[in-house]
Amino acid sequence: MTMTFLKRALLGSASLSMLALSPAIAQTNITFFYPVQVGGPLTDVIDGYVAEFQAQNPDIAVEAIFSGNYTETTTRALTAARSGNPPTVAVLLATDIYTLIDEDVVQPIDTFVTSDDDQEWLDGFMPAYLASAQVDGHLWAVPFQRSTAVMYYNKEAFAAAGLDPEQPPRTWDEMVEFGKALTVSDSSGNVTQWGLGIPSSMNAVHWLFGALVAQNGGMLSSEDGTHTFFDSPEVIEALQFFVDLSTEHGIHPPGILEWGTTPSDFMQGRLAMAWHTTGNLSNIRNNAPFDFGVAPYPGNPEPASVLGGGNLYIFSGASEEQQAAAFEFVKFMTSAELLADWGVQTGYVAPRDDSWETETLRNFVQEVPQAQVARMQIADSVPEISTFEAARINQVLNTGIQAAVIGEQTPEAAMQAAQAEADRILAIYRD
Amino acid sequence: MKVSRNFIISMFLLFPAAVLLIAFTFYPTVATLIDSFFSTPRGRRPAAFVGLGNFERMAADPVFHRAFFNNLIYAAVTIPVSMGLALAMALLVNSRIKGRGFVRLAYFTPTILPMIAVANIWMFFYAPDYGLIDQFLGLFGLGGTNWLGQSGTALWALIAITIWKLAGFFMIFYLAALQQIPPSLLEAATLEGANYLQRLRRVVLPLLMPTTLFILINAVIEAFRLVDHVIALTRGGPNNSTQLLLHYIYQVAFNFWDTAYAAALSVVLLSILALIALIQFGFLDKRIHYR
Repeated sequence: MTMTFLKRALLGSASLSMLALSPAIAQTNITFFYPVQVGGPLTDVIDGYVAEFQAQNPDIAVEAIFSGNYTETTTRALTAARSGNPPTVAVLLATDIYTLIDEDVVQPIDTFVTSDDDQEWLDGFMPAYLASAQVDGHLWAVPFQRSTAVMYYNKEAFAAAGLDPEQPPRTWDEMVEFGKALTVSDSSGNVTQWGLGIPSSMNAVHWLFGALVAQNGGMLSSEDGTHTFFDSPEVIEALQFFVDLSTEHGIHPPGILEWGTTPSDFMQGRLAMAWHTTGNLSNIRNNAPFDFGVAPYPGNPEPASVLGGGNLYIFSGASEEQQAAAFEFVKFMTSAELLADWGVQTGYVAPRDDSWETETLRNFVQEVPQAQVARMQIADSVPEISTFEAARINQVLNTGIQAAVIGEQTPEAAMQAAQAEADRILAIYRD
Repeated sequence: MKVSRNFIISMFLLFPAAVLLIAFTFYPTVATLIDSFFSTPRGRRPAAFVGLGNFERMAADPVFHRAFFNNLIYAAVTIPVSMGLALAMALLVNSRIKGRGFVRLAYFTPTILPMIAVANIWMFFYAPDYGLIDQFLGLFGLGGTNWLGQSGTALWALIAITIWKLAGFFMIFYLAALQQIPPSLLEAATLEGANYLQRLRRVVLPLLMPTTLFILINAVIEAFRLVDHVIALTRGGPNNSTQLLLHYIYQVAFNFWDTAYAAALSVVLLSILALIALIQFGFLDKRIHYR
């Protein structure tokens, strides 16, 4: 944060003296569960934010609890809620929303918005990021650490292949054409550099596949989370294209491309273009031994990407005082300044337009122009697939995609089977 | 009725262990069995009695079939290979070779490393093209194999990690047992003109049998229990080709939150392990020579 030491010290001593002068102020204790999903000493950063919030709000005590990755944090929060002792606030996946509503454990954020100031704060979020949190006429969460998928490309490989390093592909056809130019084999016919890599491991493929589907003009799930469209022509075509990248065009490595090793695949020069999250920008910037670019996604014909990341949820099991305190904390954590700072520390995309106007982010963008691509792309981005029984539906979809990618089923058969299974799972959620 | 003093004391002594066993073993077992006959409660829908519904669903669940079959292969390969390797390594480091302490340490190292950390290292060993294994194979013109990314090799890649991880652990038990064998027996056999293989078959292996049973029981448990690397590397993919029973239970319970179905799956896993344990204790135990 940009707060000066003096200001901090003043606030700190002010809060101390207030505590000393008015012991009558009852302290409200709230708990805050958060995951850390990317590299760096981020628990220290969060602890710093919490300390600052407490300095400003001496009547609220926040216990910040680091809870592993997203899955573990959701598991912990739900287990705690079931045992009657839920966290007050938690950062959970944006796509967990239907699970949390189904479990009846979260309180809609809009029920706390009473004053004009609150409304102004709410209006400051980018609509694309709010969209996925709106269900049944309520806003259930606010964006905190959000990401989007982008294409990293090796500028040196582009130049070596006779392509313009400042002109990444804008359509699927261009991507295939460039990919062919970028795919390099050695004398014995083994490929040493693949044109393109899209991770297809179980933990990521639904996300990036969502971008392919959106580029092809399709959708994976309905807005109310009760229907999926896996067997629609747009989705099957997108999967066919994904499979063809390797089998037909020969520009994508065969088999499953692991999400975790894709950044190193790219930095080792095995992939000339790679699809990954903006969250890896710092990692690639620090470690890639060549000049690289970040490009928005191509389209067929309209470009599109997917949004990802975590939102702040307030749990309904807490007392009213705690929930009110939690709302203050949520507003603090999503102020323009704080989100800008968080974006610089992590690589997440600040989900407020006014964050991008702050000095912090303006300086950062000047230093790292690639960070700007993510923001420009948000207007073209769709929410990631989000349904009731989200984990199970994703599993069904991912298994189907993998069956097609490794050639065990045709894209059509795989997606029809996935749709039938999804219909069976979601049947009880439809009226 | 008069209760003997000994009885009261023994009850007190048994009490702590009994509390732990009941709280962490018997109660969860019974609760799991009961839960498996109910549907999963959700915030908006309470649990309802469904009888054998969860088990019928399991019978028709292709992922469960795949996990069951995969687990059989996994167990059938990891148990004998890791035990055989452990015995061979123990015999080697028990003999007088140079740098014995160092070799022992090297064999034991995989055991002390946490599985999740190890799995993340193996992920890069298995990485196609630039991974350690592919680079080595590349010297012979092979390579470009996506070990974890195709259904033909993914399960075997995980089996290799499991064997690597377990063999050193089992070796320690064999090594301890080998050092318990009185040298006089081996000397007597040598005097009678027995060669190395005869001594091994007639003296060493029979005396190792109690240890072998102990290791076998452990190996069986590990074959169903050790799934950390599945979580770290493939999460059951591609297309469920590395799905194992315990990993599937974990997914159903803690990713899908379908606790009732997970309870039913647990009951099946528990039954399999109980059956194997019965066979091991009831059948093998009688054929083993204890000193």
